[in-house]
Amino acid sequence: MDASQAAAPAPGGLVSAGAGARFRQAAEYIAIPLFALAVSAVLFSLFLLALGHSPDEFFSLLWRGGFGTAFSWRNTLQRAAPLVLTALAVAIPARIGLTIIGGEGAVVLGGLAAAAIAIPLAGTVPTLVLLGCMAILAASVGAGWIGLAGYLRHARNVNETISSLLLAYIAIAILNFTVEGPLRDPGSLNKPSTPPIGRENMLAPVPGLEVPWALVAGIAIAIGLHLLMSRTIFGFAARVTGGNPRAARAQGLPVGRLIVLCTAIAGACAGLAGFFEVAAIHGNANAALAAGYGYTGILVAFLARHNPIAVVPVAILFGGIAAAGGLIQRRMGLPDATVLLLQATVFVVLLASETLYGRLRIFKARTPA
Amino acid sequence: MDLDKLSRRTVLKSAAATGLVTALGARAAHAQAPLVVGAIYVGPRDDFGYNQAHALGIAELKKVRGVKVVEEENVPETIAVQKTMESMIQLDGAKLIVATSFGYFDPHMLAMATKFPQVEFRHAVGLWDEKKHPKNAGSYFGYLDQAHYVNGVAAGLVTKTKKIGFIAAKPIPSLLRNINAVLVGARKNAPDATVTVIFTGDWSLPVREAEATNALIDAGCDVITCHVDSPKVVVQTAERRGAMVLGHNASQASLAPRGFVTGAEYKWETIYQGFAGNLAKGEKLPNWVRGGYDLDYVRNTAYGAAASEPARRAADAAIAEMKAGKPIFVGPFKDNKGTVVGTKTYDNYAPELEGMNYLIEGVVGSTS
Repeated sequence: MDASQAAAPAPGGLVSAGAGARFRQAAEYIAIPLFALAVSAVLFSLFLLALGHSPDEFFSLLWRGGFGTAFSWRNTLQRAAPLVLTALAVAIPARIGLTIIGGEGAVVLGGLAAAAIAIPLAGTVPTLVLLGCMAILAASVGAGWIGLAGYLRHARNVNETISSLLLAYIAIAILNFTVEGPLRDPGSLNKPSTPPIGRENMLAPVPGLEVPWALVAGIAIAIGLHLLMSRTIFGFAARVTGGNPRAARAQGLPVGRLIVLCTAIAGACAGLAGFFEVAAIHGNANAALAAGYGYTGILVAFLARHNPIAVVPVAILFGGIAAAGGLIQRRMGLPDATVLLLQATVFVVLLASETLYGRLRIFKARTPA
Repeated sequence: MDLDKLSRRTVLKSAAATGLVTALGARAAHAQAPLVVGAIYVGPRDDFGYNQAHALGIAELKKVRGVKVVEEENVPETIAVQKTMESMIQLDGAKLIVATSFGYFDPHMLAMATKFPQVEFRHAVGLWDEKKHPKNAGSYFGYLDQAHYVNGVAAGLVTKTKKIGFIAAKPIPSLLRNINAVLVGARKNAPDATVTVIFTGDWSLPVREAEATNALIDAGCDVITCHVDSPKVVVQTAERRGAMVLGHNASQASLAPRGFVTGAEYKWETIYQGFAGNLAKGEKLPNWVRGGYDLDYVRNTAYGAAASEPARRAADAAIAEMKAGKPIFVGPFKDNKGTVVGTKTYDNYAPELEGMNYLIEGVVGSTS
């Protein structure tokens, strides 16, 4: 924004929607969540005091475990990586007015598909080709799975929240059946898994930074999706549909195709999260793929107000809380549930603070009376 | 980060160490630094089951002088467990990592053992392979089937319907072995006894576990046992229905004051204290630790109200047999589809038993 504009009172409504207002809006989007975080810290401190623990120790451990050392940062970013992708799987459909909560299903099926295609390909094609095939298949399977929930919404008017959640249960059952049955590596006795993709084919962290590629991909996709939703006709049409599907249909927008595409994009993101789990961490598919990333992603997306860019810092915040959780358990002797309680407090307070948007006078454009 | 350490902390530390060495001599300085052991659990430490059994063992380890334990619960079998191990090593100075869940081993513990060769890693359950895996890793396990066999012996004498119900998580070898051991034990005194199995499909599915318990009781089973992470729901459901109960993993006696017979429990503290002893003396930890009643690695829960006098006597005798190393699986024996799967008698340490992928004759149920 430029100084002359800020100093001069805006002459009319249209101009006031310019740089000054945009700045105020951005300030609002940053100040309200920070305020909510402070309130939840105070509430949580009261809880700790009631239990006879020191909030000071808690928050300094939280800082140290999540962000205080180079190792803590690596730990945090590692945990944030899958959350960026699974949160995008919630945020994009939200833009078109759909609440998709079954990203977990696309994660496990994406991972399973990636591990399955690796069985015939590993050892016969170069690593990069193998990883490319795995990633494409994982994203496609994820896209199909969540796209199905979108299609059911459009074609049969099935509630997408329920159907995506139920599809997640089915996906986990398919994963368990497949790794315990047809695709089981006979060598995996007590932990049924698919055959390994081979250590030499696994995805190492970004050299020098030791940051997972999943995070790099997540950030790139978040930026790409932000541009798609804010700068393209497709994004505009999707947002119009999200605002009022009936009006969008009356305008001649292809509502059905938009819904299926948005849900497919969502599923592709979650499917990729599954691919990275298999390619970078497990080296095969097994029951550990259903680790709950899909569900944590829902929280991340809601806290980011379904803004693809905001998903990244929120995922890092959650990653940091998770990373510090262990240190807090060990040093303070608190149960693991403490950290869940902190997450829940943050979530509830942030959601409650939604009501503040547009109501605080300092963020309002000063329009002449 | 390494540079940072070098510049400040290492210098301070080595300065302090030098001071101590000159003042007290090297040996005393050594004895002052506690040995830090990191213990990792997949579930809560008070689950009345697998994690509680480990936590009780670790609690005994804490009493050993010169040992400091750091614990973390609810650590999933993902990258999270690698980061937990790394955090225990980097931030707490752990020299021994005890990873208690199946899924922690490959790839997670192996990756960390390769990355930190100066730290010892031990994993509960039998997966360490001398030819393939790092030398600073290893595995340990208690043969719980011996205690399940004792459960079966007691059950054979208290059951009226001669039907025992077994709620199981997944058809994997270490679990199938427990089911089969219950049957062999029960048939010792009740040759027509059967064990009916329901697989729930996962380690912790409380609703399905309760449904399975009810279904087995409805089908006429009057003694119920299980192999799931936390037997709490199964035991409470059976108690409410008036059935008798055999425990698993830890003591559930307090959950079934009327129906409790006895239970199969790990005695991890024997193994953990052994590790601490090795480290205190500066010895190399064993990589492969296995044992049952003979080495005091398992036990049976004190008899409950439902254990009749003959059942107690027979179970005591069975415990004596196990301590003497009497084999459970006496061949030849068939699986429950009629195929001969055991051509000979297997010693309780026989490696074949760790790959058991069948239910023996007399067990009602299917692994697939």
